[in-house]
Amino acid sequence: MEIPKSFLGYKRENGRAGTRNHVIILPVDDISNACAEAVANNIKGTIALPHSYGRLQFGADLELHFRTMIGTGCNPNVAAVIVIGIEPKWTKKIVDGIAKTGKPVEGFHIERTGDIGTTMKASKKAQEFVMWASEKQREECPLSDLWISVKCGESDTTSGLAANPTVGNLMDKLEPMGVHLCFGETSELTGAEKVCATRGATKEASDKFMNTWNNYNDFILKEATDDLSESQPTAGNIAGGLTTIEEKAFGNFQKIGNCKFIDVLEPAEEPTKGKGLYFMDTSSAAAECVTLQAAAGFNIHLFPTGQGNIVGNPIEPVVKLTANPLTVKGMGEHIDCDVSKILSREMNLSEAGDELIKTTLRVANGRLTCAEALGHKEFVMTKLYRSA
Amino acid sequence: MTTDIIIHDKKDNVGVVVIEKIIPNQDCSCWIMEDDSTVNIQSLDEIPLGHKIAMTDLNEGDTVLKYGHDIGKVVKLTKKGEHVHVHNVKTKKW
Repeated sequence: MEIPKSFLGYKRENGRAGTRNHVIILPVDDISNACAEAVANNIKGTIALPHSYGRLQFGADLELHFRTMIGTGCNPNVAAVIVIGIEPKWTKKIVDGIAKTGKPVEGFHIERTGDIGTTMKASKKAQEFVMWASEKQREECPLSDLWISVKCGESDTTSGLAANPTVGNLMDKLEPMGVHLCFGETSELTGAEKVCATRGATKEASDKFMNTWNNYNDFILKEATDDLSESQPTAGNIAGGLTTIEEKAFGNFQKIGNCKFIDVLEPAEEPTKGKGLYFMDTSSAAAECVTLQAAAGFNIHLFPTGQGNIVGNPIEPVVKLTANPLTVKGMGEHIDCDVSKILSREMNLSEAGDELIKTTLRVANGRLTCAEALGHKEFVMTKLYRSA
Repeated sequence: MTTDIIIHDKKDNVGVVVIEKIIPNQDCSCWIMEDDSTVNIQSLDEIPLGHKIAMTDLNEGDTVLKYGHDIGKVVKLTKKGEHVHVHNVKTKKW
């Protein structure tokens, strides 16, 4: 298949391109959710991103909070941002971080004004932003403006046999075209970590990966009260035929095809070494992982599933694919790309990769994903440790 | 002929059922992805889609190979053709 050289995206002030054109209402902290949701309810076409954290965090955990908030606002799928927090200082820090992209952003704090007054002021600005954004048109953008993140979920053996290798085939075909790619899931590479480390493009990247994985494993060994045998693999994985974490890891690892990763990113860290594949240190919980990848600037997500994970994200469209014919049959409304014919050998991996490229481009051009149509907007902050 | 079982790598000692289920004493056709070859096996158990079958006799302590890699250890004697899962295989991690 001849791969298209461009897609229709929204060009942003900083040179990036978005596959979506959202105006988001971003609460800085848990107690500002109500106000953010009130604004989104007032002003049609905006979307609030409520979450559970943002108070009394400190150290690396607080840094991650800010990085996720600012990164979410900076994502090119976002046209403009309203930031609402309880206090002015942290609100301003997030506004200033997002403003560097050049996109419209304005912050509001609730202290001394209350929810109702803040909702009124923020709603007026949100109306202005959404009406401005509504005039933005899709324009032709080079394929290299796609930043594609991947993560699998509710995996079973069909994931490792077919759905994940389909993503790997797409990576092999799109990497030479200059796209950014990102995989994560530190925990779910356990058992395949040494093989994964050999896929670093440089010794530095390989060492950084092993260091990241070792840190994770030390944490598990310190905190674990059992052998994790009911968490990794999950009950869903086991029902689908996956027996051990090692088996799950080697299946997971099929997603990167033959690509080599050029760098290892902190959670929600924006890649800075140019085009190519990156590994990000993330949880393997679906919503947390996608939220971190979106915060790092990825603008379209590919999500292979076996038993049928249904996750979505408010700003980064999540494209689902599965090779499990029972999942297609039972919950087809969640599946954007059906590659189950690989198992019956009516379709080969390269044909499946082409199908996934077509689906990815349709979604990049504006087609809603199943998760978007069904209203999945899971925005889940990663928290590293307890608050002060 | 339909493929009942797919095996990733020639070295693997397990295969994955890719039809809705196989039943005891079924003659199954297995496709090895690595070199596009075909082998046959007779099943001993009913095994559902996505679950694994032992391609050889597996003794306690043996390493289970899939993708050509170590995915765990055998903890219970398993005959060629039997279902391989959490009842007879455990992780070597943790």
